[in-house]
This record gives sequence, structure tokens and C-alpha cells, in this order.
Amino acid sequence: MTPVATPFFFYLLSGIMLIGGILVITRKNPVHSALALIVTLLAQASIYLMLYAPFVAGVQIILYAGGIMVLFLFVIMLVSVERSMKERQFNSQWVVGMIAATALGGLFIAVYTKGTSIFPDHALSIVEDNNTQEVAKLLYGQYMFAFEIASLLLLVAIIGAVVMAKKRI
Amino acid sequence: MGQIVQYVESYLSSDKTPGAAGNMFWALVYIMLVFAGLSVAVIAMNWLERKILAHMQVRLGPMRVGPHGLLQPIADAIKLLLKEDIMPAEADGFVFWMAPLIVVLAAFTVFVVVPFGPTHAITDMNIGILFMLGVSSLSVLGIVMAGWASNSHYPLIGALRSSAQMVSYEVAMGLAVVSAILMTSLGSKDGTLSMIEIVRRQQEQGVWFIFKFFPLGLIAFFIFAVAMVAETNRAPFDLAEAESELTAGFHTEYSGFRWSLFFLAEYFAMIAVSSIAVTLWLGGWLQPFPNLLSGTPWDQIFSFFPGITFLFLAAMCFYNTVRMPKHPLFRIQTIGLAGFGVILGLIGLVLFIPAVSTRIQDIFWFSAKVAGFMYLYIWYRGTFPRYRFDQLMQMGWKVLLPMGLGVLIGTGAIGLRFEIWHQLVVPLWHWL
Repeated sequence: MTPVATPFFFYLLSGIMLIGGILVITRKNPVHSALALIVTLLAQASIYLMLYAPFVAGVQIILYAGGIMVLFLFVIMLVSVERSMKERQFNSQWVVGMIAATALGGLFIAVYTKGTSIFPDHALSIVEDNNTQEVAKLLYGQYMFAFEIASLLLLVAIIGAVVMAKKRI
Repeated sequence: MGQIVQYVESYLSSDKTPGAAGNMFWALVYIMLVFAGLSVAVIAMNWLERKILAHMQVRLGPMRVGPHGLLQPIADAIKLLLKEDIMPAEADGFVFWMAPLIVVLAAFTVFVVVPFGPTHAITDMNIGILFMLGVSSLSVLGIVMAGWASNSHYPLIGALRSSAQMVSYEVAMGLAVVSAILMTSLGSKDGTLSMIEIVRRQQEQGVWFIFKFFPLGLIAFFIFAVAMVAETNRAPFDLAEAESELTAGFHTEYSGFRWSLFFLAEYFAMIAVSSIAVTLWLGGWLQPFPNLLSGTPWDQIFSFFPGITFLFLAAMCFYNTVRMPKHPLFRIQTIGLAGFGVILGLIGLVLFIPAVSTRIQDIFWFSAKVAGFMYLYIWYRGTFPRYRFDQLMQMGWKVLLPMGLGVLIGTGAIGLRFEIWHQLVVPLWHWL
């Protein structure tokens, strides 16, 4: 089979992601911004798919596009869209913006020029056929401790949310 | 011409899905076949639902258009296509236009990985079940968009209810699915998410997962069976479109073709979640109880089932042809019903040819199991009163979710029982 990881698909998907990202910050209507964000997330999932990481792509779709964005939309719909349409969309903190943009641009240039020495010159040997199994072995084998710490962090967040939301437990 | 026939024959004897073989042309053919099959299923389901529901309520149901209302779905489709397409003046045009498309695309895309048989799937993915759950969860976005873009109160409330409901039941559903996936990893093998491989594991272990670790498999299946009704917004969990409270919920403002897209998507989604249930717990395309009833006589008997089913339908047609009113006005209808019976009978006879029946066997069993679930959907709608919203949430979070967690832990524990026995209980016993 011919590989799908061609430059054409990479540029197509990153183009979609960039357009989606720009729409997120330029749309005045928050619901339109959220929909543009969904497009960005789906394009990102496609890039994972292109990089032979189907499991990460599936999790990206089910968690971000299907779960978190629904909650985003849920909240946006409950606030008044009319009021947020009248609010100023951009603030004029030019100095901070310039510094952040220069730092990010410098990082991009550094990666572009020295990229070959920073990144491995070949893809990892995880193949597409048992991607999920390999991810599971890494998560529950080599990185078990970090994984459990992360899940503990989430548990703390859940308990915190319950404590904050409920007056009497 | 001969070459074409040879090409088709070489493909029909292949033991791979078109996706695995990397054959774009056959993949397209399969996609069109699946789409056509699903559309026919939706038409049949439309008629059956009205008919069965009517008979459950001691009514006749549609009787006017065609014999016993058989042409009613087609008349409905024509009506919907000719109906004026109205968009509310204050609606958000683009979002209003996109919503039904997203819902129907999400509902159909999941069928890419549904295994109608070991070779009868469009493709098989390493993340099969995850893909199905993920893409079908996208349809809630379309519902939320439809409700918001209509710029009207009832649709907004319907969309909020629907999204809250779908997000909460997805959790319980996911836990039930994970416990079934855990069962695939038994026998010192890696677990799998691939739909075809899940059914193969049931074949290897010689048991459908609904009967495995009794009653754990059964409870997981029950959780999924409840959650899938909630997930597809059907009665008794159809609060998103509760007609006595919200007119029609999120699609109140939709009419004509756009409304029919929502209708189509609802039935596609019902078939999709039923296929997940069939694949994970009911042995997918396997004939009933391959561990008990296999061998020469049983395989022979089961291979007659597809043909017998169609012959039975044909016999029903002929029986009703005889019972049709003898008035001259009913002549065309009587002839049409007889012709329908003849077509069904011919299909049934073709299915008795051994070459055809071995090839069609898996599709038949898969569809038969899914059809059972479709009947259950109608049955629920005919019998259960609608839940209140707080009852619905209580059921999802306080009953199904803890049950799902318990089943997951229990499945893992029994799967590890030998390790637990040897590493914990036996030393403890010696120590005591």
C-alpha cells in the first residue's frame, strides 16, 4: 500500500488547522468560534492518523471533539450571545504580544534550522497494526507511575469540583 | 467480459476486507452496498415500526397506501422531498444548514468498520470500536448545533437535554464496552479493539461474551443495552424530542429534506449501536452457539435459515394476497402483493444454492441479530412510559455508572483470578 504520510496531506491538514485556529479568534459569535475549534481538533486528529497513530487520533476525536467541545457549546449556549457580540474582541497589549510572537517565531526558526539534529531522523518502529497494544504496553509498563499520578490528579480535580459545586455533602 | 467475471469471482473468493486488501474499487462498491442496504433497512423499519406499534395498541396502522400500507414509507419520502424547506428568519443560516449534514455523516461513517462478516466489512481498523464510539459521539455536535441555530426555545431546550443525556450515558456505555474488550485479552493474548478480531476471539474462546463470566457479561450487556437507547434518543429516553413537552425537540424548526436527514440519521445510529452490541456480546456474524451446535447436521440446518426466512416472508405475502378484498378496486394492489411475494420467494430460492448460502450466511446472522435489537426498540417505545429528566440522570450516574465500574473491576479480577489465587490467597492461607 502507498503511504498516506505525504507532504500534500500534511500541508492540507495543517492549512485547515491554521484557518480553523484563525477563525477561532476572529469570529465575534462564540458558537462559531467553538465550531472552528472543532474543525481544528478534527484536522489534528487526521494528522495523528497520518502519522500512523490511530489510537491517539481516536482518543482525540472521542475526548476533545465529542466530549469537551460539547461541554464548551453547552456553556456558550447558556450565556447570552448578544452581549458577547458587543464586547471588544481584541485588547491592545502590544508589548506583551510582540514579545510572545518574537519568542515563538524564534523557536520556530531554531527548530527549522537545527531540526535534523534535534529530532530522530527516522520514524519510531511502532507499526499501525498493533498501535493500541503498543501504547498500552508503554502506558502500563514503562510509564506506569507517571500514568497513575496523572489519574490521581484527575481524581483530585473531580473531588474538588464536587466540593465546590455542592454546599452540603 | 470474461475478464470482468473472473475479476469479480477472484474478489468474491478473497478472504480479506477491501480495506485490508487495499482495493479502492471494491471498497467503493462495499460502501455503496452498505448504504443501499441501510436505506432499505430504514424504509422497512419505518413501515414495521408504525405497523408493530399500531398492533401493540390494537390499531391497524397504515392500511391505505398499497396492501397493508406497504408503500407508505415511499409516499412519506416523496412528501418530505416535495415539502417546502423553511428556515426561520432569525436562524443562523450556516450552522442551521450544517447541522443535519454533520448528524447524518457521523451516523453513516461508523459503518466503515461494522463487520457484517469476516470479509464483509468495508475495512478493519486497529481502533475499530474506539472509532465507532468516537465518530458516533460527533453526532451530538450536530444536534446541539441544530438546536442552537434554530433560534427558538423548544429546540434549544431539546438540544441541551440531548447533549446532557448523551454525554452522561456515554460514560456508562464506555465502561461496559471496556469490560467486553478486557474479555478479548484472555488466554495470554493482547486485547484488541478491532471489530473483526473481537468476534474472532469469541469464536476462539468458544463463548459469546454475553455468557462469559456469568453474570458479568450479561450485566455489561444490560448496561450497554440501556445506554444505547439513551444514546440514540429513543423512547423511553426520548426527552430530547418529547412531543408533549417540546413539540419535537431539536428539530422542531426543520422541515422537508433536512428533517428527513435527521430521521435517517436516527435510524442509522440505532442500527450502528445495535451492531456494536451484536459484535461485542452476541458473537457478530457467528451462527447461534457454534460451541454446542456445530458439526455436519447443525451447519446444514443453519445454512437453510436465510432461504427459509425469505420463503416465510413470501408465504406471508401469498396468505395476505388470498385475504385481500375481492373488490375490483383492489385488483392492482392484490397483483402487486402477489408479485412482491414472488420476488421474495425467488430470493429465498437463490439463497438455498450452497455457494450463495455459504457466502451470505454471516451477513444473514449479523442482520438477524441487529433486527432483533430493532424490534426491541419498537417494543420499548410501545411499552415504557417516558422518563422524567432527573430520573434519567439519576439512572445514568447513580445506577449504570457504578454498575459499570463494578463489572469492569469484576471482569478484571476474574481474568486475573489465577494470579490472585497464587500470589495473595494461598500465601495468606499459609500465613494464617
